[in-house]
Amino acid sequence: MPVNLFGLAKTFENRAEDIGLVQGHRLCPGCAAPIVVKFSLMVARKLGYEPVVGLATGCLEVSTTIYPYTAWTVPYIHNAFENSAATMSGVETAARALKKFGVLPKDKKYAFFVFAGDGGTYDIGLQSLSGMIERGHKVIYILYDNEGYMNTGNQRSGSTPTGSNTTTAPVGKVIPGKVQLKKNIVEIVAGHEYVYAATVSISDPNDFFSKIEKSLNFDGPSFIAAFSPCVRFWRIPDGAANSISKLAVETKYWPLYEVENGVYRVTRKPRQFKPLIEFLKPQGRFKPLLSRPDADEIVQRLQEYVDRRWERLLTLEEATKGKPIR
Amino acid sequence: MNNIDLKKARAVTGAEAVANAMRQIEPHVVAAYPITPQTPIVEYFAKFVSDGVVRTEMIPVESEHSAMSAVVGAAATGARAMTATSANGLALMHEVVYIAASSRLPIVMPVVNRALSGPINIHCDHSDAMAERDSGWVQFYAESNQEAYDLTILSLKLAEDESVRLPVMVSLDGFILSHGVEPVEFLPDEVVKEFIGEPKMIYPLLDTEHPVTYGPLDLYDYYFEHKRQQVEAMENAKKVFPKVAEEFYKVSGRKYDFVEPYKLDDAEYVMVALGSTNSTIKYVVDWMREEGFKVGALKVWMFRPFPKAQIQKYLNGRKGVVVLDRSASFGAEAPLYEAVKSALYNVAIRPQMGSYVYGLGGRDILPEHIRKAFEDALSGNLIADEQRYLGLRE
Repeated sequence: MPVNLFGLAKTFENRAEDIGLVQGHRLCPGCAAPIVVKFSLMVARKLGYEPVVGLATGCLEVSTTIYPYTAWTVPYIHNAFENSAATMSGVETAARALKKFGVLPKDKKYAFFVFAGDGGTYDIGLQSLSGMIERGHKVIYILYDNEGYMNTGNQRSGSTPTGSNTTTAPVGKVIPGKVQLKKNIVEIVAGHEYVYAATVSISDPNDFFSKIEKSLNFDGPSFIAAFSPCVRFWRIPDGAANSISKLAVETKYWPLYEVENGVYRVTRKPRQFKPLIEFLKPQGRFKPLLSRPDADEIVQRLQEYVDRRWERLLTLEEATKGKPIR
Repeated sequence: MNNIDLKKARAVTGAEAVANAMRQIEPHVVAAYPITPQTPIVEYFAKFVSDGVVRTEMIPVESEHSAMSAVVGAAATGARAMTATSANGLALMHEVVYIAASSRLPIVMPVVNRALSGPINIHCDHSDAMAERDSGWVQFYAESNQEAYDLTILSLKLAEDESVRLPVMVSLDGFILSHGVEPVEFLPDEVVKEFIGEPKMIYPLLDTEHPVTYGPLDLYDYYFEHKRQQVEAMENAKKVFPKVAEEFYKVSGRKYDFVEPYKLDDAEYVMVALGSTNSTIKYVVDWMREEGFKVGALKVWMFRPFPKAQIQKYLNGRKGVVVLDRSASFGAEAPLYEAVKSALYNVAIRPQMGSYVYGLGGRDILPEHIRKAFEDALSGNLIADEQRYLGLRE
């Protein structure tokens, strides 16, 4: 029986401190990041793993460990911004070595997690992430993607979508905000050949859980891209992280899929899609773009882009069916 | 310099000597990225791993930044973790070098000294290690391959001492030592194992029964106190080092100290330097002594923490002190000179002082250069505020 929402809710009822991240942290009300963390850790716990987490510098890190306090009840290490994957490579390797030397019991079941934002993943931490995957460390790298440098006040990252208003690529009189496309991080990761890569959304918990479970069972590195709305700089209401996530999936903006050893599988295929504008409109970060006279044209281009990407995904799924790289 | 029994010694490069120290330490984890002239250390060690000579898990990282990051992660678990690097590799690590020290992780790192870019150069000078002198790492400088070997082993014990818990760099001169062959007396494996003992696990990250948070956000209300603790740990390193050196002497017969005096008893003029150049200085001291000049040398083994008291003890009352630096500090005095000069501010009888920068980018230093600097001192021609150069075309 796969892990599901009700099962987990029952298991951790009145045992919140066992999940690993407890209340009292200083993340914004409505932030999706702690939900991403808890969803991940609950599955690991439920399946009998001892989570060990490594964080990249970012919102989650600064808000959960303000000395002398910590919101973590599981082993935690933060080193710097760009090196969480390398740091956890060291931790994971040390665990293997300490077992080999007889210092730690051989049957101890650790689950090594990285939690990093998009800045620490798409941009400054990309090399470190690539190295970790290439070397095959059994670490589950979880990206909480809030599409910008939100910890420092909404600057543009390689993950910021086209047209989003940020302080370093503002929508101006001449330039309509970020003009480039968001990097396709899952494709970059999947190009490492031996890896399990997937996208998840908090709006689809069971899909989320099953991908964490797969990661735990995968005998190598895993990468989970979690869509993680930022209430503060996406300019959305406190309670909207879930509904915006849902819209992201329903508009093809954030397709739910996985790549396992080169085999693509789209895990959620809505019968009907909503137009992309329904995802863009409720978010204040797109308001300056949508107020421009050329807004319709830009939105139309973005709509075509997500349509083509969806088609491409289905084609990849068809083409790679039953053909794993190894 | 400690005498070496040639019958018991093997002729090896500094890289092979250091790699063998690492083999005997048998760290749980080694994460390293190759860079000239450190490369042979990693190559020798990779072969030990590949042949099953050591149980160490090796991480062939994709950069030095990741090497130090992985070593920090590994060391946080209580595992013994090592790396080695040179020049630009050390510069790339810089950010995490500081984090390693402030996290109080007892990492030992041989640094094969090479000139920092730019322009790019692969040969010896001390600009790489000097750029890390305020990072909170203990720093040793080896004169010979024997010292590079001994100091690597000795450093581990110093680093892991509970009152110290600081990382240590063992500097050895690029090519001159790393690729130069010298006789080295190796300790038996079991002697090294016993000398270093088992690592003490202090707040090990993988203890899930007692979860700890490494690397929290530390703001204006605590950061300062934590920095003060690092200052204290460095002071403790000064207290612990003589004990560790004494224990090492017992097992090896070789003596180590903060500094090494050479023919200083009646010396009126003293030359101070780091690393392999000390051998050339000693040669010149012998040469000039034969001619009746009262010259001597003071080798600085430990540069951080800086052994101020020992410097004062040996240099107070001398007529002239010449300090040789294999790195420059642009816009200020060269690092060793600055430290020695500052240490002598308080002595009863201040010597005349002179600063000589030499050997940048691997420029050869000849006995004649050293003699010239001594002769400046002998003729009373030292100017404390003037930086001079040896072996430079001007």
